[in-house]
Amino acid sequence: MTSHQASQSKPARSAPQRRGSIRGRQGLAGWLFIAPIILILGLFLVIPVLMAAWVSVSDWTGRGSPFSGSVNFVGTENYSTILGGEGLIGRDFGTSIRNNFYYVVLVVPLQTALSLFLAVMVNRQILKGRGFFRTAFYFPSVTSSVAITVLWLFLFSATGVVNKVLSFFAIEGPNWFQDPRGVLHILLGVVGLDQAPDALQDPAFLGISGWEWLAGPSVAMTAFVLMAIFTTSGTFMLLFIAALQNVSGEVQEAAMMDGATGWQRFRRVTLPMLRPTLFTVLTLGLIGTWQVFDQIYTGTQGGPAKTTLTPAYLSFNSAFVDQQWGVGAAIAFVLFAIIVVLTLVQRWALRERDVPRRRRMVPAGVSGGSSAAAAPGIAAPKDEKRDTH
Amino acid sequence: MSTATAPAPEATSRRRPVSPARRRATRGAWITYGILIALAIIYIFPFLVQVATSFKTEPEAAQDPLSLIPQNWTVAAYEGLFANSDFPLWGLNSFIVTVFITLGRVFFDSLAGYALARIPFRGRGLVFALLVAVMAVPGVVLLIPKFLVINQLGIYDSYTGMILPLLADAAGVFIMKNFFESIPVSVEEQARIDGAGTFRTFWSVVLPMARPAVMTIVILSFQGSWNELNHFIISTQDPSLTTLTKGVAQLASGALSQGTQYPLKLAAAALMTVPVAIVFFVFQKRIMNASAGAVKE
Repeated sequence: MTSHQASQSKPARSAPQRRGSIRGRQGLAGWLFIAPIILILGLFLVIPVLMAAWVSVSDWTGRGSPFSGSVNFVGTENYSTILGGEGLIGRDFGTSIRNNFYYVVLVVPLQTALSLFLAVMVNRQILKGRGFFRTAFYFPSVTSSVAITVLWLFLFSATGVVNKVLSFFAIEGPNWFQDPRGVLHILLGVVGLDQAPDALQDPAFLGISGWEWLAGPSVAMTAFVLMAIFTTSGTFMLLFIAALQNVSGEVQEAAMMDGATGWQRFRRVTLPMLRPTLFTVLTLGLIGTWQVFDQIYTGTQGGPAKTTLTPAYLSFNSAFVDQQWGVGAAIAFVLFAIIVVLTLVQRWALRERDVPRRRRMVPAGVSGGSSAAAAPGIAAPKDEKRDTH
Repeated sequence: MSTATAPAPEATSRRRPVSPARRRATRGAWITYGILIALAIIYIFPFLVQVATSFKTEPEAAQDPLSLIPQNWTVAAYEGLFANSDFPLWGLNSFIVTVFITLGRVFFDSLAGYALARIPFRGRGLVFALLVAVMAVPGVVLLIPKFLVINQLGIYDSYTGMILPLLADAAGVFIMKNFFESIPVSVEEQARIDGAGTFRTFWSVVLPMARPAVMTIVILSFQGSWNELNHFIISTQDPSLTTLTKGVAQLASGALSQGTQYPLKLAAAALMTVPVAIVFFVFQKRIMNASAGAVKE
C-alpha cells in the first residue's frame, strides 16, 4: 500500500478541486485501493462464469482439467438434453421447473402482501410496542436457513406442532415432508377427477405430461412455501417501512380532507407512492425464489418423489453427485436466463401498465423507479431518495 | 435511515378531536393489536418450541410437541452433540472462517468504497458499473463455476478456498462508499496539507471516522458468513473443515441418527442460532436499519 510513493502519471480527468501534483498519485492510489476487490471478483466470478460456459458445452466428467485434450466440445447437446425433455435428466429438469414454478407463484405474491401488511400495521404511530413487533417479525430473517429448515422438519413432521394444532380442529394433517401428492391433484380428486384424462397423458412440455404440470405444488413443497414466507416477510417488511416513512403526512391529510376512507387512502395514495419499493421487493422475491437450494439440501434432497426438486438443487446434484458437469452447468445457465428474463418482464409489466396513469399523483422521480433491472438493490434507492426531497 | 422515529401518516387521525372518529380510531387500534399479537405469536412460537424440545426426551418430543415446558428435563441432546459428534469442531471452523471473512471484508470493502467515493481515477465509472452488474448475478448459479476455479487454483479443501472467494462483497463496498461520501472533504484536505499520502489519509483520518459504517459491515458479514452454506459445500469435502451449517445440514438429513432424534437436531439448530441471535439483539437497531438501508440508501 505504498501508493503515495507512486510516480506522477497521467492526471485524472474529473477532479477540478484537487491540486495538480496530487492527481497522478491519486489515479494510481485509486486503482490500488480497488484492486483487491476487482481481483477477487474477477477470479471467483468472471473467470468461473467463463469456465462454466465452456463446461456447459463440453463432455467433461469431472476428472482432470476441463481444458485438457481429452475433453470434447459437444455443442448444444447438454442444453438440448435438458430442454428437450430427453432421458431421466430431461424429465427431472422439467419436474424441477414445475416445482419451482409453483413455489414462485405462491411465495412471491404472498410474501409481498404479508410484508406490506406487516409494515403498514407496524408503522402506525399510535401503536405501542412497535419495536417488539418489528423484532418478532424480523428475527426469522437473520437465522440461518439450515437452522430454520431443521426446525421446519420438526414442526411439519407427522407428530409435529402443525398437525397437533390441526388436530384441535379435528383435521388429520398429512405427513408433510413425506407427501408427494400435488395440491391441485388433491383438489381435482375432490371433484372426482383423480386420473389423467387421455389428452393430458403424453409428454407435453420439458418431458413431463400435462397432467403432471397440473399437479400443483406437492404437500411437501407447500411446507417450504410457508417457510419461505416466514423467513422473508421480515426483511421485506423493513423495506416497506422505510418507504412508508417517506409517504408524506400532508398528502394523507389532504386525501382525508377530501373524504377518502382509510382503504381509499391506502389504495390511491400510499400504494402508488410505494411503487419503487414494491418493484424492488417483487424483483428480489423473483430472484430469490428461483434459487431455492439450502432448504432442499438440508431438508428433502428433492424428495418425496422428486416433488421438491428445484433447478438449483438439480444443477448441484447433476454436477457434484452424478458427475454430469456439462448438464449441471447448462442447468445453471438456463436458470440464470430464467431469472434475467423474468426480472425484465416484470420490470416491463410494472412500468408499461401503470406509470402513465399514476404519474400525475406521484412526485417526479418516483414513477421512473425501474432503472433497477440490473441491480434492484442499488438503483431503486436513488429514486426513493429523490422522493424524500 | 429514520425507520424508528419519523411520524407515520396515521398519526394525523389523532389530531381530529371529533369524538366518533376518535372512538373508531380506538377500536381500530384494538383490532390492530389483536392481529399483531396473533401474528407475533406465530413468528415467535416456533423458536420457543425449538428450545423446549431440545430439552425433552425423544418420546416426549413426539407425543407432546406443543408444550413449552418439558416434563422430564434432560440435556441428553446437548451431551450427545458435544460427546458423540463433531459439533465443537464445526463451531470452531465456523468461527475461524467468520472472523477472517469479516476482517477481510472490513478492510477491502472500505478501501474500495473509499476509492469509489473519494479518489478520482480513470475508469472509476466503469468499475462502479461492473460492481452493480456483479451484484445481480444470482449466487446459486455460481456453485459449479466457483468450484471449477477453486479446484484449478488448488485451494479446494483449504481455509483459503473457504475464505478468499467470500471476501469480495459488493454490497459492503456500497455501504462504505455511501458513508465516505457523507464525510466532508475538508477533513481530508487538512491531512493532505500536512503531507499525508492517500493511504495515510484513508487509514488514520477517514477510516476512524467511519466507525458506524464499519460496525454495519462487521455485523452483516458476521451474519452472512456464519449462515453461509452453499459455498462451503462446494469448496470442501474434508470432514475436518465442516462448518456448522454444513454439519447441521448433514445431521438433519440423518447422517448421525437411527431415529428421528428431533431433540438432538433442534439442539444443534438452536446452538448455531445463538451467536447470530446475540448479535441481533445487541445491535438490533443497526441491523434493522442496515437491512433497509442496503436497499434504501
